[in-house]
Amino acid sequence: MGANGKLKVGMYWASSCGGCDISLLEIGPRILDLIKVADVVFWPCAADFKYQTVAGYPDGYIDACFYNGGVRNSEQEEIARLLRTKSKTLVAYGACAGDGGIPALANLNTIAAIYDASYHSNPSIENPDRVEPQSHLDTPYGELEIPRFYPAVLRLKDVVEVDYEIPGCPPQADRVWETIQAVVGGAVPPRNHALRVGCADKVVCDECLREKKLKKISQFTRGHLFRPERDWCLLEQGILCMGPATRSGCGALCLKADIRCEGCYGPPANAEDQGTAMIGALGTLLDATTEDRAQELVEQIADPTGTFYRFSFSSSMLKVRK
Amino acid sequence: MAQTATHAQSPQASPAAWEPRIIGFLCYWCSYTGADNAGTARMQYLPNVDIIKVMCSGRIDPELITIAFANGADGVMVLGCHIGDCHYISGNHKTMVRMPLMRRMLADLGIEPARFRHEWVSAAEGEKFSKLVTEMTEQVRALGPLNWPGLMRDRGVGHGMDLKAWGE
Repeated sequence: MGANGKLKVGMYWASSCGGCDISLLEIGPRILDLIKVADVVFWPCAADFKYQTVAGYPDGYIDACFYNGGVRNSEQEEIARLLRTKSKTLVAYGACAGDGGIPALANLNTIAAIYDASYHSNPSIENPDRVEPQSHLDTPYGELEIPRFYPAVLRLKDVVEVDYEIPGCPPQADRVWETIQAVVGGAVPPRNHALRVGCADKVVCDECLREKKLKKISQFTRGHLFRPERDWCLLEQGILCMGPATRSGCGALCLKADIRCEGCYGPPANAEDQGTAMIGALGTLLDATTEDRAQELVEQIADPTGTFYRFSFSSSMLKVRK
Repeated sequence: MAQTATHAQSPQASPAAWEPRIIGFLCYWCSYTGADNAGTARMQYLPNVDIIKVMCSGRIDPELITIAFANGADGVMVLGCHIGDCHYISGNHKTMVRMPLMRRMLADLGIEPARFRHEWVSAAEGEKFSKLVTEMTEQVRALGPLNWPGLMRDRGVGHGMDLKAWGE
């Protein structure tokens, strides 16, 4: 805490879309209450803070630092280590920092395949000299270094020790506000390795208000192909809703808007691997009494790996593609 | 029962001495009894499957299969009662849905189909069990080591992560 009695907070944007930075503003006018009690000492998205400024802070200077995004290159790792040193409490903010998020789906490809798509084979690309990014360049004016691209998207906790995680893509505003209030009021739970806060311990289905008629799935379909019946479980209607394999806390927001749960709050409290948790759940939900029928239904699922691990591939057991 | 395979050598240390290591999840009521049947009838089969007895194939959390691969298994075998024979009436109906999904997901991750096998083996099918084990062991041997821990290490994730290994 500073000489003026205010908390010092920071936020950093790593391998993510930027939605997390915006989600902090989603708390609305309450942000005015926040700045009454807290000074922002690092937030590159909102104001011009330099890395050198942070490096000049004494160790443990930042009371609470929110790191959003996964670790995809050497710069993000360097800043993660720097912020760990300079922060009393380091929070992995959002699905990417906690579970890899959408960028982690790139772990289903190698660097070579990603570079090929990004710099050569996509139809809109013209690159006759086959130029690819280099991390090192010798010029007449000196050597240039840019961050190295890592072979996989890592979670923040793969790189440094993390005190808390706030899951979600993005974390839901009310949960964020509750967490901030807890930090400001000094009511944070004892420091714990990557303890999940701002969420509950059940699954999204427990919060979902749609009626479960206990009907088994007789056909898989997708949201753009038909208009689902209101107030009835989407999974029972054949839409691959990730509710049974996703941690609760969001208040089943998407379900209230007739959109399936995509799984952004990550694996439920009693599992580490969201994809296999979903496979486990589907085992009891399909209307199949013969192997052929089971096979037929399973084939109707368009992209099981991409759907089941949409936000959490870095937290899966296998983590990469061979 | 088959004698225990020796796994003293790690695949990296000595490729010539590498033996496939396969984890087999067998349901208590049918497939494990089927394996026992093979043993009491003194049928010969390869010793490469480490058997884990579970009460029902429907009790096998798919996460256990990925845990086996992530910890270095070269193959995983899931055996349960034939459909209609489940001691718990419908336990294997869940297996019947989960395993084809697992097969699709493992294929997406680049794990060869022969490394994952899901079959029904009744208490009387000791011969089927011994044939399955031998067949799968030979198929996995032909594919070579999977070594997922090594793959994760190379990409800097998971077990024994070492960022320096990327050539700093």
